[in-house]
Amino acid sequence: MSNINTSKSGDVPVIQIKATTGWASLNLKELWEFRELLYFFTWRDIKVRYKQTVLGASWAILQPLFAMVIFSVVFGRLANMPSDGIPYPLFSFAALVPWYFFSNGIGSASNSLVSGSNLLKKVYFPRMALPISAIIGGFVDFILAFSVLLLMMLYYGVMPTANIVWLPFLLVLIFMTSMGVSFWLSSMNVQFRDVRYVVPFFIQAWMFITPVVYPASLIQDEFLKALYALNPMVGVIEGFRWALLGTDTAPGPMIAISFIVSVTLLVTGAFYFRRMEKTFADVV
Amino acid sequence: MSKTVVSVKDVSKKFHIGKLQSNSHDTLGQKLTEMMATPFRRAGQLARGHATGAADLDEDFWALQDINFDIQQGELVGIIGRNGAGKSTLLKILSRITEPTTGSIDIHGRVGSLLEVGTGFHPELTGRENIYLNGAILGMTKNDINRSFDEIVSFSEVEKFLDTPVKHYSSGMTLRLAFAVAAHLEPEVLIVDEVLAVGDARFQRKCINKMEDVGGQGRTVLFVSHNMAAVTRMCKRVILLDGGTVAADGSSQAIVSSYLSSGSGTSSVREFDSTTAPKGDAAILKAVRVRNTEGQITESTNISDPVGVEIEFDVFEEGRVLQPHVILVNDEGVKLFTSVDVDSEWRNKARPKGRYTSTAWIPGNLLTEGMGIVSVAIWALEPSRKLECWYREAVAFQVIDSMDGTNSARGEWAGDFDGVMRPLLKWETEYNSGADVRSEKLA
Repeated sequence: MSNINTSKSGDVPVIQIKATTGWASLNLKELWEFRELLYFFTWRDIKVRYKQTVLGASWAILQPLFAMVIFSVVFGRLANMPSDGIPYPLFSFAALVPWYFFSNGIGSASNSLVSGSNLLKKVYFPRMALPISAIIGGFVDFILAFSVLLLMMLYYGVMPTANIVWLPFLLVLIFMTSMGVSFWLSSMNVQFRDVRYVVPFFIQAWMFITPVVYPASLIQDEFLKALYALNPMVGVIEGFRWALLGTDTAPGPMIAISFIVSVTLLVTGAFYFRRMEKTFADVV
Repeated sequence: MSKTVVSVKDVSKKFHIGKLQSNSHDTLGQKLTEMMATPFRRAGQLARGHATGAADLDEDFWALQDINFDIQQGELVGIIGRNGAGKSTLLKILSRITEPTTGSIDIHGRVGSLLEVGTGFHPELTGRENIYLNGAILGMTKNDINRSFDEIVSFSEVEKFLDTPVKHYSSGMTLRLAFAVAAHLEPEVLIVDEVLAVGDARFQRKCINKMEDVGGQGRTVLFVSHNMAAVTRMCKRVILLDGGTVAADGSSQAIVSSYLSSGSGTSSVREFDSTTAPKGDAAILKAVRVRNTEGQITESTNISDPVGVEIEFDVFEEGRVLQPHVILVNDEGVKLFTSVDVDSEWRNKARPKGRYTSTAWIPGNLLTEGMGIVSVAIWALEPSRKLECWYREAVAFQVIDSMDGTNSARGEWAGDFDGVMRPLLKWETEYNSGADVRSEKLA
C-alpha cells in the first residue's frame, strides 16, 4: 500500500501516506504486526466453512474420499493404471490428500479479495492477510484428511517409512507454491473476474500434469522429466508416496528445481500483489 | 500545548472514469461487447461534432484537488459536503485504504477508522466471536479486546444474545454491537463516517456522547456526516469540501449554516442581483432575510424566541393578487410546515407597483433545536393561479436550546428531547378534591 514509515517518535508511530510509484516493498514487518488479524481471519474461515452443512467437517474427508473412489474405479479398475506396487486406492489417496490442500487453498485464496471486497473498501490492513489466511485455513482440512490416510494405511497394512520426517519440508513446498499462485490469481481476480471462471480449469489441468492419478514413473523421456520438475507439485506428491508408502520415488536432485520454481512463484507473486494492491479498493 | 497530529499537504486523487467503467470487474464477454461497440460509439461522437472519441473514453476525474489542512491533537473536526464532494475519498486516503495520486499526509499516532459500522461482521459467527473478529480487523490486539470485553458488551446492550449468531440479530442490535467494538478502539486518531445515519435517536445520542468523550481524552476525531445537527453539536471546527477542494475551514456554526443555505454569503441573508433574481410576470425577488424580534439579521435564535423570515420583492406589473409563501425544512429534510400570507392587508387585493417586504413570524417555542432551512415562493392568485417566483433553500437559521427551562417547552427535563417540533402547549388540569379515590396499593 502506501509508503508507510512507521518510525517511532516517543511511543506514537508516525505514518506517512503518499503515492507509491512502481514496485512497492513487501513490508513483511507490517504483516508480522498484523499476525493476530491473520489468526482471526484463519479462525473465521475455519469456523464458517462448514456452517449450515449437514455433514460439517466431514466434507474435509469426503471430498478426497469420493475422488479416490471414482479414480479407483476409472483409472485403477477400468484403465488398469500402474501404481508403483501400491493398492490403487491408497496410491491415489496419498496423492489426493496433499493435492486437495493445494487446490482448495488456491481456489478459496484466489477469490478471497473479491469476497472480502467490503473489508478492502472499508478498513486498512495488509491485504496479503486475506489470501494467506484462506490457505492456512485449509490446513485443518488437511490434518483431518491426513488422519484418514493413516487409517487407510493401517487397513492396507502399509507402514510409513522413516522418511516421514521429510513431510514438513514437503508441506512448506505446498504452502509456498499455493501462496505464490494465489498472490497472482487473487490480485488479477480483483480486476478481471474472468479469473474466477478460469481457476477451476486451471486447477484441473494442473492435476493432470501432476502424478495424482498415475505414477510419475510413466514419464520416461529425459526431457519431459526435466520439464516435469518445473511443476513443484510433482516432487510433493511423489515425496508423499515415498515418505509414507515407501515407493521408490524419492525426490532426487530435481526437487531443487521445484524449490526454485516455488520460491520464484512466491516472490514474484508477492511483488505483483504489492504492486496491484494500491488500486484494490478503487477497482474491486 | 497543542500539537499537529494530522497534516495534509497538497493531496489530490485522480480516478480514471473511462477505465473504471470499462476495465473493472468485467468478464471477457463484456470486454468483447465493449470492443465491438467502441468503434460505433466513437463514430457517433464524431458525427455529433465532438472532437475525437479516443480521448473522451479515457477521461480523468479529480475526486480531490490540492487538499491542505492540519489538525491539532484533541480536535473534533467535522467534514461536510455534498455527495460527490470528495469526503469519502479523503477518508479512504486518511485511513490508508487507497492512496493519493499526489501529495502526502503525516499522521502522528495510530489511526482507527470506522467507515462503516459492522465491517467484517460475519453473520454465521456469534456476537462474542464477532467482537473478537471485528476488533482484530479494526486493529485491536486480543489483549485489548479481552480488557475491554465487558465494557463493549454492556455498551452494546446485547448481553443476552452474546452466544447467538449475528444473523439472528435485529439490525439495531448488530449496529449497537458494532459501534460498541469500534468505540473501544484506542487510536490517537479516530476517523468516523456516517455511523450515526442508522440507529434510533437514543443510541445515536449515546454514540455522540461517546465520541465527545474520545475527544475529551486528548484524542483526535474526524467525523464525516450529513447530520448537521450532530456535526455542529460535536465539532467546533468544520471542513467543507466542494468539488474536491476545501471550500471552507473554520467554525462549525458559520460553515454549516452557509453550507445549508447552499453557497455564497451568510446563511441568514440572501440578496439577489437583477441578473440572478427569481422573476415572474409581475414580481421579482429582491432578498430573503432572517430577523430577530429586535429587527436584527440573525443566524441563530433561541428556542423560546420568535424569529422572522422576511421576503423582499418588487412588483413591476400591477394588478395581480400575490401571496408570499414560506416553507421550512429541517436539516434531515423533513418539511416542517408551509405558511402563506393570509394575514396582511394585501390579502385578496390587487397590488400596485412598488417594493414590498413581508415578514412571516415563527413563534418561539414551536420549533425544536437544530437547523431550519427556508424556501420562499410568491404565488399569483389572480388573474390566474400561477407560481410567480420561488427560491429553494434561500436562507437558514439555527434554533438553539439554551437549556434554560423557565420559558421553554423543556421545563425541568434536562435529557434528550425528541420530536421534529417542540411546541409549548397550553395544559389544563382539573382537580377534584372530593372525588372518591380508592387506594390502588396492593394490600
